[in-house]
Amino acid sequence: MSETTASRPAAALRADDKPIERAPQGAVGKLGGVAGWVDDRTRAAKGVNYLLRKVFPDHWSFMLGEIAMYSLIVCLLTGAFLTFWFVPSMGQTVYDGSYIPLQGVVMSEAYASTLDISFDIKGGLLIRQIHHWAALMFIVSLSVHMMRVFFTGAFRKPRELNWVIGTVLALLAIVEGFAGYSLPDDLLSGTGLRAMQGFILTVPVIGSYIAYALFGGDFPGEMIIPRLYAAHVLLIPAILVGLFIVHVTMVAVNKHTQYPGPGKTNDNVVGYRVMPVYAAKAGGFFFLVFGLTALIAAFAQINAIWVHGPYDPSAVTAGAQPDWYMWFSDGALRLLPGWIEFTVFGFTFSPNIAIGSIILLPLVYTVLGAYPFVERWITGDDREHHLLDRPRNAPTRTGVGMAAITGYTVLALACVNDIIAIKLGMSINDLTRFFRVAVFLLPILVFWITKRICLGLQRHDRELVLHGRETGTVIRTPEGRFFERHEDLDPYTRWRLVSFDTYRPIELEPATDANGLVRKGARKDRLRAALSRFYFTDQIHPVTPAELAAAHHDGHGHEALEGAAEEEYPEQIGADR
Amino acid sequence: MNALAARRRHPAAIALLLMLALVVTGGLYAAFAPKPAAAAAVTADQVAQGKALFQANCASCHGLNGEGNEAEVGGELRSFGPSLVGAGAAAVHFQMETGRMPLANPGVQAQRVSKIKFEQEEIDSIAAWVATLGPGPARPDEEWLDWEGSGDAGRGGTIYRSNCAMCHSSAGAGGALTRGKYAPSLEGVEPVHIYEAMLTGPQNMPVFNDTNLTPEDKRDVIAYVKQMHAVGNPGGLGLGGFGPAAEALFAWVFGLSIMIGTAVWLGQKGA
Ligand code: HEC
Ligand code: HEC
Ligand code: HEM
Repeated sequence: MSETTASRPAAALRADDKPIERAPQGAVGKLGGVAGWVDDRTRAAKGVNYLLRKVFPDHWSFMLGEIAMYSLIVCLLTGAFLTFWFVPSMGQTVYDGSYIPLQGVVMSEAYASTLDISFDIKGGLLIRQIHHWAALMFIVSLSVHMMRVFFTGAFRKPRELNWVIGTVLALLAIVEGFAGYSLPDDLLSGTGLRAMQGFILTVPVIGSYIAYALFGGDFPGEMIIPRLYAAHVLLIPAILVGLFIVHVTMVAVNKHTQYPGPGKTNDNVVGYRVMPVYAAKAGGFFFLVFGLTALIAAFAQINAIWVHGPYDPSAVTAGAQPDWYMWFSDGALRLLPGWIEFTVFGFTFSPNIAIGSIILLPLVYTVLGAYPFVERWITGDDREHHLLDRPRNAPTRTGVGMAAITGYTVLALACVNDIIAIKLGMSINDLTRFFRVAVFLLPILVFWITKRICLGLQRHDRELVLHGRETGTVIRTPEGRFFERHEDLDPYTRWRLVSFDTYRPIELEPATDANGLVRKGARKDRLRAALSRFYFTDQIHPVTPAELAAAHHDGHGHEALEGAAEEEYPEQIGADR
Repeated sequence: MNALAARRRHPAAIALLLMLALVVTGGLYAAFAPKPAAAAAVTADQVAQGKALFQANCASCHGLNGEGNEAEVGGELRSFGPSLVGAGAAAVHFQMETGRMPLANPGVQAQRVSKIKFEQEEIDSIAAWVATLGPGPARPDEEWLDWEGSGDAGRGGTIYRSNCAMCHSSAGAGGALTRGKYAPSLEGVEPVHIYEAMLTGPQNMPVFNDTNLTPEDKRDVIAYVKQMHAVGNPGGLGLGGFGPAAEALFAWVFGLSIMIGTAVWLGQKGA
């Protein structure tokens, strides 16, 4: 039904390449000394050799995942320090530490111990701040890493599974962050917990039972902080670390993807061996990330729990926000109109809260995790992809991604509508109305603009490949005509611009078969065909060798060719793929 | 005297000395300082001067006799200024000493202005005149402004969090109200103005009268706000006191840029 590229048109250009040198594997000579002793007992040499000789491509965007990984490690290290002093208890105590404005105040031991870490334990405040900044940077960098993976198509076969693991990591990361944020038992964290309890209460019928079980009774009770503590320092980190080891191992097993470029194909990896270059760089990078985080923490205050005061169910504060990764959900709550709440048979249903919380949260992560499979279903592409897409070469995907980011961002900003209002001197009511409309319209607009930009860039690329660079040298022909001399691209640059895939939109088979019977799955096919058209109808194809030859042959009277790209499937391209 | 102050003024001798000094100065002050705005201290001259000043500067909005000014503008009744009968001396002091009155440009709410165009004496006389219009809150006694000597910040913090934080934020950094109105930052506001704000409830702020929050409560609230801001930001840059919002912006813009910058830099270092 559908058909995809078997070989790239430009592959012909590489027909006479030299065979590629590959990392030798297997055979390891007998080791001596301590290494030999260890190897005799563990048989580790073979595996280590495999790992050390692996080749990784080098590009800054491939280091985003590393930033996430190192931030996580920084969190683990500093978190261990914090556990030495933090008291996960909601038992009451009277504060007598050195922060004057809270002396004599009754508070939980959790809050008092956090104040002690901040004011009375040497280096405590710095470590707390490193821990929190690293947590923010962890989720920031994993999000940007995820965008990198998305926009370059690195999630395609065989890496779909790793994308799913990544999604689970991302979800766990925000749960871990939320749990940590709730531990100090200050006014903000208590308000966050109260909101969370509210979310749970909106689960129809059983919500109140779940909340009761989680909190060990009514809110706030005495149980929630010890429980969150167990989750935050033990349960979730264990799963996070386990999963991210699997995640990184899968990267090694699948091999890292690479950007298209000279010498880079779907069958090789061009880069540095782990030993010594990559390892040195990665190791150095860890210390850089750690150092920079520490520097930020040394100069910028974060989560000043002492100004918020201890949690007290009767108090609230203006400007109460969770950490940023929970904003989209909180923002949705601020946008949802309050009137969509109703009572049936004595049960109150609160879609005004549920939609923004217990529905939105899982929904976002499910859609995220499912995306590779949806795209594969649409393209029907079953090949392995080790070469990345340049985002412009997948205009619809790039547009969809940007639209999703836009929608997410609008929801997130809605959560800080009060801060925006006060900083920009605007009315919070107007802002909320604006966001209510923007959350639907802006993504569409951004999709459209992004796609136009991608198509424009692609046309520009075609133009470059066909006609070369403008040199600025104007030449006058004997007949008196003027033209600008164009310089051909060198083959390396050209290669980068022409090696990408395009897909033919799926043609719909008739909904009824030869006997007039409705075919099974016709409706699903129709959806798939529609999506396929949405993705691929107006795509721009890479320049084929034939087109290139024609352009060269024509010299400068090649205007006729320029339209070819935008035309629907010129015959020779269709035949080629 | 709270436990904290006792500890800070350790060597007991110094503590005693200081206490003594405090008692003496306090006592002398109480004996000689005029009670501001207390009806007894007001002369008829002052009231007359106040009335004249008021009629020159405020009457356009508040009416010649402070009865308020409502007028028909384009078919609808508009209020240019409310009646000040019963507003009291404290309201005038607060409004004029923070520069809110005379209202320069009517907007969603009168804003604090740093440049005050009136002499203290003029403000006092206007206040004295307004106080004659009807019984209203007077300026607080010095006793209730002495937060350093007898305020209990811990207690004040608890009161602050349940009465003020919902508008002014726990950090006292201010917060947004509906339709462009806002509760301003409390950083650097004079103790007497904090007191008078509670007492008179300017604009959208509720009135916290003396049965609501006793003068002791008010003094403790002042102590809390002042002490909290005196501690400053022990963790470094305060990022405006806007909590997670500012932190997120910082992480996304600054944190991410230096991380990516470093990655790019490292990426360029070849073998
Ligand atoms: C441009 C018009 C305008 C001028 C001039 C003006 N005011 Fe006002 N004033 C207002 C408005 C409007 C309010 C009500 C603000 C609100 O509550 O939203 C107000 C409120 C007040 C209040 C608070 C009333 C209360 O119940 O707490 C006082 C006191 C006051 N003004 C005193 C003065 C004094 C004294 C002057 C002259 C120095 C003055 N105003 C000049 C418009 C004005
Ligand atoms: C309903 C919200 C609200 C509450 C609660 C509230 N305020 Fe206010 N507050 C405001 C608003 C609005 C203003 C600005 C009034 C104006 O500009 O005239 C204000 C002004 C102030 C000012 C003047 C600041 C300046 O810039 O001159 C002080 C001081 C103050 N409030 C203290 C307090 C204290 C102390 C409490 C608690 C006892 C409190 N407020 C409770 C809304 C509130
Ligand atoms: C705990 C958080 C995470 C950590 C520590 C982490 C770490 C890494 C590292 C170190 C790499 C290799 C370098 C790179 O390509 O950047 C990588 C690759 C990858 N990650 Fe993540 N990641 C995390 C979260 C995610 C998320 C949320 C997703 C997507 C939903 C994801 C999907 C992928 C994929 C598909 C690859 C392979 C990319 C390729 O080979 O080009 N990861 N990850």
